[in-house]
Amino acid sequence: MEGDASAFTPFVESFQAKIFQYTWLTCGQREDAEEVAQETLLKVFENFDQLREPEHVRAWVFRIAKNFCLMKRRRSVFAPERELSLDELLPSTDGERKLQIPDAAEAIETAMLRGELNSRLEAAIRQLPEIYRSVVLLRDVEELSTADAAAILEVSEDVVKQRLHRGRLALRKALASYVEAQ
Amino acid sequence: MKGHQHSHPHKHGAKDPACLEIFARLSEYLDGDLSAGDCAEVEAHIADCPPCVEFLKGLRNSVEASHRFRTPAAPGPVDEQMRARLQKAWSDALARRGTA
Repeated sequence: MEGDASAFTPFVESFQAKIFQYTWLTCGQREDAEEVAQETLLKVFENFDQLREPEHVRAWVFRIAKNFCLMKRRRSVFAPERELSLDELLPSTDGERKLQIPDAAEAIETAMLRGELNSRLEAAIRQLPEIYRSVVLLRDVEELSTADAAAILEVSEDVVKQRLHRGRLALRKALASYVEAQ
Repeated sequence: MKGHQHSHPHKHGAKDPACLEIFARLSEYLDGDLSAGDCAEVEAHIADCPPCVEFLKGLRNSVEASHRFRTPAAPGPVDEQMRARLQKAWSDALARRGTA
């Protein structure tokens, strides 16, 4: 990011939506999500001169957002914290409940554009226990690296990988059920 | 990880230990995080295991959906008071950097 006053508006526009998507799916309440997104932006700007690694600006911004969310989050709106076991995420029996998600990026794109898969995915993400949801949001939705996600969440890279896998399995299962119902 | 034992045919699927071992590593496989040896073992297994192929397709496609996910909810506009605070904080940061 260049130190240019003209970068203000583009920065606000590009990051506000990104931060809001994260806070919306983390805080769970629209009012909280908007407030946290704005607080995050303010803190980012207040500390922008302290950014030492511009290439990691996104990770830095999401770390600030994560910390605000932790302070704001109302646990009651989410499912209770628990660990997902691999057993509950695998196919129930051999050959049963085979996935019917179209095996093509184009079909995924079409379903996302129709809004159906997008809505189902949002609901599934919200249902994830927080430790998995935060990893899925950072790694798969925001497409940050494992190292950046680990730094933001203050856990090891191995923990990120383990939580990501279980979170992905839970989403796969939720999306499979949805597709099969169509 | 044990290799795929063609000499001892097993019933592929979620109850099969060999398949369970593969299921546990599919995210790392998709992310390219496996060693060359482990990657080769996964590929050798799924080459002959329809349930694992189906599972991998579903996992890959749901990850693809996550990459494309965008919440339809949009943040409300930043009100004037907050915008003024943001603008001042931005300007102050630039001034401290000596680039304003």
